[in-house]
Amino acid sequence: MTDGKAQALIALLTQYLGDALCSHEFAYGELTIAVKPADVLNTAAILRDTPGLQFHQLSDLSGIDYSAYGRADWITQQATTSGFSRAVSRGHEQADPGRSTGRFAVVYQLLSTATNHRLRLKTYLAEEPPRVASVAEVWPCANWYEREAFDLFGILFEGHPDLRRILTDYGFIGHPFRKDFPLEGYVEVRYDSDKKRVVYQPVSIEPRILVPRVIRDDGRTPATKH
Amino acid sequence: MTLNFGPQHPAAHGVLRLVLEMDGEVIERADPHIGLLHRATEKLAESKPFNQSIGYMDRLDYVSMMCNEHAYVLAIERLLGVTPPVRAQYIRVMFDEITRVLNHLMWLGAHGLDIGAMTVFLYCFREREDLMDCYEAVSGTRMHATYYRPGGVYRDLPDRMPQYQVTKWRSEKEAHALNQNRTGSMLDFIDDFVTRFPACVDEYETLLTDNRIWKQRTVDIGIVTPARALALGFTGPMLRGSGIAWDLRKKQPYEIYADLDFDIPVGVNGDCYDRYLVRIEEMRQSARLIKQCVNWLRANPGPVMIDDHKLTPPNRGDMKGDMESLIHHFKLFTEGYCVPAGEVYAAVEHPKGEFGIYLVSDGANKPYRLKARAPGFAHLSAMNEMVAGHMLADVVAVIGTMDVVFGEIDR
Repeated sequence: MTDGKAQALIALLTQYLGDALCSHEFAYGELTIAVKPADVLNTAAILRDTPGLQFHQLSDLSGIDYSAYGRADWITQQATTSGFSRAVSRGHEQADPGRSTGRFAVVYQLLSTATNHRLRLKTYLAEEPPRVASVAEVWPCANWYEREAFDLFGILFEGHPDLRRILTDYGFIGHPFRKDFPLEGYVEVRYDSDKKRVVYQPVSIEPRILVPRVIRDDGRTPATKH
Repeated sequence: MTLNFGPQHPAAHGVLRLVLEMDGEVIERADPHIGLLHRATEKLAESKPFNQSIGYMDRLDYVSMMCNEHAYVLAIERLLGVTPPVRAQYIRVMFDEITRVLNHLMWLGAHGLDIGAMTVFLYCFREREDLMDCYEAVSGTRMHATYYRPGGVYRDLPDRMPQYQVTKWRSEKEAHALNQNRTGSMLDFIDDFVTRFPACVDEYETLLTDNRIWKQRTVDIGIVTPARALALGFTGPMLRGSGIAWDLRKKQPYEIYADLDFDIPVGVNGDCYDRYLVRIEEMRQSARLIKQCVNWLRANPGPVMIDDHKLTPPNRGDMKGDMESLIHHFKLFTEGYCVPAGEVYAAVEHPKGEFGIYLVSDGANKPYRLKARAPGFAHLSAMNEMVAGHMLADVVAVIGTMDVVFGEIDR
């Protein structure tokens, strides 16, 4: 999307969404707008039905857990008296997270085939458990996407017709894509030849970090325009 | 009556489990259970440097490997603000189209087999073999190539095509016959392939297009109206089969698609038969695109990777004598590169539809969040709507027409 097109779209969105529009950002050639969780359903209907917007398709819906945003394993920016930090120690805040808006976010990727625009709609959820209205009424394909976000992040979609787990195992406990859920999980399964069935047992994998997570500024400035 | 279909059923295309509520032989409600192949690719990617996840992308939709990689490297490139050399862009487009043909051949064979046409499967696999050889020649593997890298492609096209060897089971005469079109470079081989491929497509069409049984099984099955197709999140041939001429290669061109000449086929009725015709025509168009890329690549040698050694490995020879290159190599392969903070959604026209990668970076050497938008996920979610009121045997036709692959749906 070019700058001019984005400005025109922002003007339209400001006109139709009014106060519901919390923020808008145009970066990397893509337009992102944010609304409050309470306004999501209304906004969705406006985005779909207003001439000039016509976002008839929801390309994607995903949850994000921002709780570890900007956290690195290894301080690389400033040296202490004993040198740079060495080896892996958990939990160095480096980048400024800049979010007082909530731990979780739901991101809707919208596509308008009529105007050939893409738009990203975000909403930040501060409550625990996180809640937001379901948009399955507006875009039917949101049904499964919302089940997925519920399964992986534990985000509750109010008014969803059938909010079941979708990707994880039957009887799975926890929400695996949350940042506090370990990569190797809590349980593993194996076949028990005595019991003649598959059994669950605590996971036997030792967690380890192969490549430390580092945040460096190597002089690349974000390319805001394309 | 409730019927359990799959996950171990040959027509379930992998590990689909369907719980069907039926009235006699008529489907009242279909509830697909997915996730049996869930590997948490997106979570794994969060714990690895950017380049180490390219191989995971191959394993999402494991019948159109390079197209998945394409969306992923596009997302990284957009955040980094780099553009690959033009030659790399042509190579990517050529391999995207080769992948599209590979995917559609697999789909056609499996779809045919599902609803009773045995022969097509064998015909399709004959052509797939040649394209697999192209994958192997360029990347070393027949499927999971890891060939696209941020900043270009891993290496240039080989000057000679690998040849069949004489073995205990293959005589010299047979090997010689098989090597007839492999005497030149890889581009010569691909050129030869696209020259004979349209005749192969004619062969498939002779078997199916006017076949009475084929038409009985596909015409008026699983009809989706254009408006409904958009609302259900359909993309790719599923959307075009319903008559909407939407193709990201034309509408939001990436790489050098804007410079190439090709047509978008669309259906009329939005049934399984129209989607079949659309995919068949797409194979012909892909052959046209590959031909144009081959001509350009022949005439324009050049670099296939950008020259920024923060992102791409330095030349092996330089590393022996140049300290800087050695450091670059060490840093790239131990730590990787940091990507500026931000978020992008990069979508490509994947053989199955719109494959998108939503990438959030917080400035680290690993993605903060990666979300793969799999076309099959949206298609399969419409299963209930597409099969309600149809017979049990039509479920198999609808699974086939959706071209579901569980690597991408379960992720």
